[in-house]
Amino acid sequence: MVNAIVNVPAQAQRGEVIEIRTLVRHPMETGFRRTQLGELIARDIITTFVCTYNGAEIFRAELHPAIAANPFMTFTTVATASGTIAFRWSGDNGYAVTETVAISVA
Amino acid sequence: MTTRREFLVLAGASLGAATTAKAQLEPNVTAQRKAAFQAALRKVTGDARVRPGKVKLDVPPLIDNGNAVPLSVAVESPMTAADHVKVIHVFTEKNPQPNVVSVHLGPRSGRASIATRVRLADTGTVVAIAELSDGSFWSDSAEVVVTLSACLEDGLI
Repeated sequence: MVNAIVNVPAQAQRGEVIEIRTLVRHPMETGFRRTQLGELIARDIITTFVCTYNGAEIFRAELHPAIAANPFMTFTTVATASGTIAFRWSGDNGYAVTETVAISVA
Repeated sequence: MTTRREFLVLAGASLGAATTAKAQLEPNVTAQRKAAFQAALRKVTGDARVRPGKVKLDVPPLIDNGNAVPLSVAVESPMTAADHVKVIHVFTEKNPQPNVVSVHLGPRSGRASIATRVRLADTGTVVAIAELSDGSFWSDSAEVVVTLSACLEDGLI
């Protein structure tokens, strides 16, 4: 089962602003909920999301428990050169998921 | 022996006490969350003045389900190396924790525009603050009505 879905245009013109949409599978347990026995459920969230374009960081987000389950994030970047765009989500309990997509820039 | 009159007086008193106790709790929680919200804002902005404008926060005014609320923020900015948006912070007044998300942008972003889905615990204010490369802060806020809280298990406490 896939952990992350990323939507990036496969081709772009140089200098064009492209929109990147990402969705990652994660329950985002807030740490404020209780079980029926009244015990607090431990926090388990994604805390950081970083996007790099050919190794250079272009976007970073710090997430908090107020982000809905299965975090969805849309942002933009300038298509500068052909190469790879890499995404990394990391969080509590050693959670780490990476995803890469290729982009060709004319 | 307790007369009927005494019983009624006592019952009325205990009922009254119970109602006031309940009525006190809610404003306390609200006040605490408001204080936490103000503290979180100060932590980001310091003593700098936060001006309204430039930022456009888009949240539906009436939310059926607070567990997944579409939220988008766009900031008017040329996004050049000299003049760009560095960080966009989103806060809510009524959640157990005021921070929602902080996104770091740069000249390579092209546009300062993001969208995500958030959780909202109660009817209240949502605030987006943008920090520009010149050190100025701009903000926009929205009043939302939440019919189903994201923290239903806890009630609103």
